[in-house]
Amino acid sequence: MKLTGAEILCESLTRLGVRELFGYPGGAILPVYDALGKSKLHHILVRHEQGATHMADGYARASGGVGVAMATSGPGATNMVTGIATAMLDSSPVVCITGQVSSKVLGSDAFQEIDITGITMPITKHNVVVTRAEDIARTIREAFIIASSGRPGPVLVDITKDAQQASAEFDWEASAPKLPPKRVRSNHDKAEFDRAVELLNTAKRPLILAGHGIMVSGAMHAFEQFVRAGNYPVAMTLLGIGCFPAKDPLNLGMMGMHGEAWVNNAIQEADLLIAVGMRFDDRVTGDLRTYARNARKIHIEIDRAEINKNVQVDAALVGDAREVLEKLTPLIENRDHSAWIQHITELKGDSAVRDIQSLPDTGHLYAAHVINDLWKETNGEAIVVTDVGQHQMWEAQYYHHNRPRTLITSGGLGTMGFALPAAIGAKFAKPDSEVWVVVGDGGFQMTMSELATIVQEKINIKIAIINNGFLGMVRQWQEFFYDKRYVATPLVAPDFAALANAFGIRGERITKRAEVVPVIRSARESAETVLLDFRVEQEDSVYPMVAAGASLSDMIRRPNNPLVETATEP
Amino acid sequence: MQTLVAYVENKPGVLNRVSSLARRLAINIDSLTVGPTENEEIARMTIVAHTDEKGAHRLEASLEKLVDVLLAENISSRALLERDLALIKVSADQQNRPHLMELIKVFRARVVDVAPESLIIEVSGTVDKIDGLLEVLRPFGVLEMARSGRISMTRGGDLLRPPIASPEVPEGVAVKSQ
Repeated sequence: MKLTGAEILCESLTRLGVRELFGYPGGAILPVYDALGKSKLHHILVRHEQGATHMADGYARASGGVGVAMATSGPGATNMVTGIATAMLDSSPVVCITGQVSSKVLGSDAFQEIDITGITMPITKHNVVVTRAEDIARTIREAFIIASSGRPGPVLVDITKDAQQASAEFDWEASAPKLPPKRVRSNHDKAEFDRAVELLNTAKRPLILAGHGIMVSGAMHAFEQFVRAGNYPVAMTLLGIGCFPAKDPLNLGMMGMHGEAWVNNAIQEADLLIAVGMRFDDRVTGDLRTYARNARKIHIEIDRAEINKNVQVDAALVGDAREVLEKLTPLIENRDHSAWIQHITELKGDSAVRDIQSLPDTGHLYAAHVINDLWKETNGEAIVVTDVGQHQMWEAQYYHHNRPRTLITSGGLGTMGFALPAAIGAKFAKPDSEVWVVVGDGGFQMTMSELATIVQEKINIKIAIINNGFLGMVRQWQEFFYDKRYVATPLVAPDFAALANAFGIRGERITKRAEVVPVIRSARESAETVLLDFRVEQEDSVYPMVAAGASLSDMIRRPNNPLVETATEP
Repeated sequence: MQTLVAYVENKPGVLNRVSSLARRLAINIDSLTVGPTENEEIARMTIVAHTDEKGAHRLEASLEKLVDVLLAENISSRALLERDLALIKVSADQQNRPHLMELIKVFRARVVDVAPESLIIEVSGTVDKIDGLLEVLRPFGVLEMARSGRISMTRGGDLLRPPIASPEVPEGVAVKSQ
C-alpha cells in the first residue's frame, strides 16, 4: 500500500497504540497535520510547544506509557527544549516529532531551519533525522522502544518536509525495528549479589531509599514483598513518592533537603542503606563527605552509569528493580528490626504528633493548611501535579500518596511552568481520575496560556494556586542566606480568579482558613475545571531545610512559633 | 590517563555524540581515533581520556547508553599493545644530516621524504617512544608534525569484539567481556 510519509507517520502512531498527541502546527509539519485530520488520532492544540512536551510528559508519567508531542521546525522545535530536558532528567518516555525543512535545503539556513537534533543531543536519550518516507515507520517504532525501555527518556524524531510528502510502500512487517546489536551485560556478578545478601542479613539498622525506578519498573508489588520480608523502614525520594503507601507505618516519608528530620536522621544513623531505583541526587544527600557515614550501601539500579557516581556503594546490583528485588526477597533471613524502628519512631518525637488542624485559627492561611485539607478531602486519591518551589515541597510533605503515579512533578530539572500542562496530559492519560494542579503564583504565570487548551478540549481539572506574592523558594533562600534582601522575588500577578473567568473558567479567591474545605468541596462537585486562588502567608518557609551543600545532619528545623507541623491521619 | 575502546555504528553523527558526551562529563580527551573494522557497518574507537578510574567507569557506562555505541570498555588495567604514528618534518642540512640518520636508526624510525633542506620521518610505536624521538629531534628544528593518536588492543586471547555473531571467532575462544 502506497502512503505519503505523513500518512505513514499517523498510521504508525495509531498502530503503536497512540490515541492522543499534543502539538502545534507550522509550515514544515503541515503535511503531517493534513494526514492527522484524516486519522483517528486526537490532536490537542497547545498554546506553546513547551506545553506540548510537558503534556506528553504528564501523559507518560500518569499512564506509564509513551507520551507524544509534535511541533514544527525552528522555533516550534526550540520551544520544546525545556520540556525535553525535563523528561530527560526524570527519565520520562516522551517521543517528540518535529518537522524539518526539506532535505534539499538542509544546512542552508532556510526559513525556520534549525539543527534541532544538534541542540537536543545532550537532553535526549536518542534523536534522529529522517529524510526518506520509507524510513519513517521503522524510525518511529524504534523511537518508542528506545524511549520506554531500560531507563526511559525522551526521543526526538526530526522529519524533513519532503519525507512527509513523498510516497512510499507502507509495510508494517517489513518496517520492524532494527536497533544496533548492543552488548548484553549480565545483570550483576554473583559475588556482588552474595555480598548484598550478606549485608541484608547482618544489618541492624537497615533503611530503604525508594526512588522513581520502582515505579518505572512496575516493581511496586515486588518492593512491598521485599519491605515486608525484612521489615525495613522506607524513605522516599521526591519522585519515589507513591511507590509504597504513605499510610504504611514503615513509610517514613520524603528524604533530603526538605525531608522530615526523622527521615534524614535515620539515614545518618543507619548501618545499611538499600537504594532502589534512585540516583543519590544532591538534593537527597546533601554534603557527600558527611552522608550516611555509618552505613554500608546496596544500590539496585538499572543504569550502570549511576553506580558510584555520587556515593560509593558496597554492593551494586545493576538491573531492573523488580527482577533484582524478586531474587533478593526469598534470601532475607534477618527480619527483626523492631528496636531500630522503635528508635525512628522516637526520632519523630513531637513534630509527628502535632496536627496542624488542631492549631488555633489565627486568621492566617498557610499553604500547609490548604494542602492538608486537599489531601483529606480527596482521601489522598487524587493525581496531584505540582510545579516547582515551596508549594511542591509542602505538597510532598502534607499530601500523603498511597498509589503510584499519583504525584507528578519535575524533580531533576525543577522546571517552573510544568504543572498546568503536565496535568492536562495526565488528565488525558487518566480521564476518570481526579486531577489537581498545585502550583505557585510564579510558575503558573509561566504557562497559564494553557488554560485556553483546557477550555478548547473541555477537560475537567482542578487548579490550586498557592499564591504568596513571592517567588517563594527563592525568597526563602534570600531570607536564610542573603539577609532578607528580596531582590526580584516580590511578584505582581493578575487577579487569577478574574483571569480564569476571562478564559471561561470558574475562579475563586480564598483568603481564610475556614473557606478552604468548602471551596475544595464545591470545586470537586463541579464537572468543569475550577481555579482556586489561595492567598496564603507571604513569608512562610518550608521546614526542615538542609542548605545546599550542607550535611544532612545539619537541618534548619521548624520554628516553634508560629505554625505548621506535620499532619496526622484524619 | 585511561584508555577505552568502543565499537560504534559506522554512520554520520556518532563521533559527535561520543565527543559531546565526554564534554558533558567534563572529561578531556587526550586522543580519539576512529577507523573501520572488518565489518563495514561498525567502527572502532580508541579513546584516551584525562580522567581517573571512576571517571572512566562513568564514561564507559554512559557511552554504552548511547544507542549507536555497541560496546565500550575501559581496558586501562589490561595487558595492552598501543601504537601511535607520527610524521615529523625536521630541518636537515648537509652538515647535520648524518647525525640525524644515526638517531633515526636508533629509534627504528624511517625517512619517507627527502628534500634539500628537510626530511620527513615516519615513526610508530608507543607514545613514550615517539615523545623520546621528538625530544632528540627538537634541536634540529621540528618544522611540522602530524600524529595519528593512539590505537590500542588487548594482548593475547583477551578479545574485545563487537557484539555481533562473527564466523571468524574460532570455537572455544571466549569473548571475555561478554
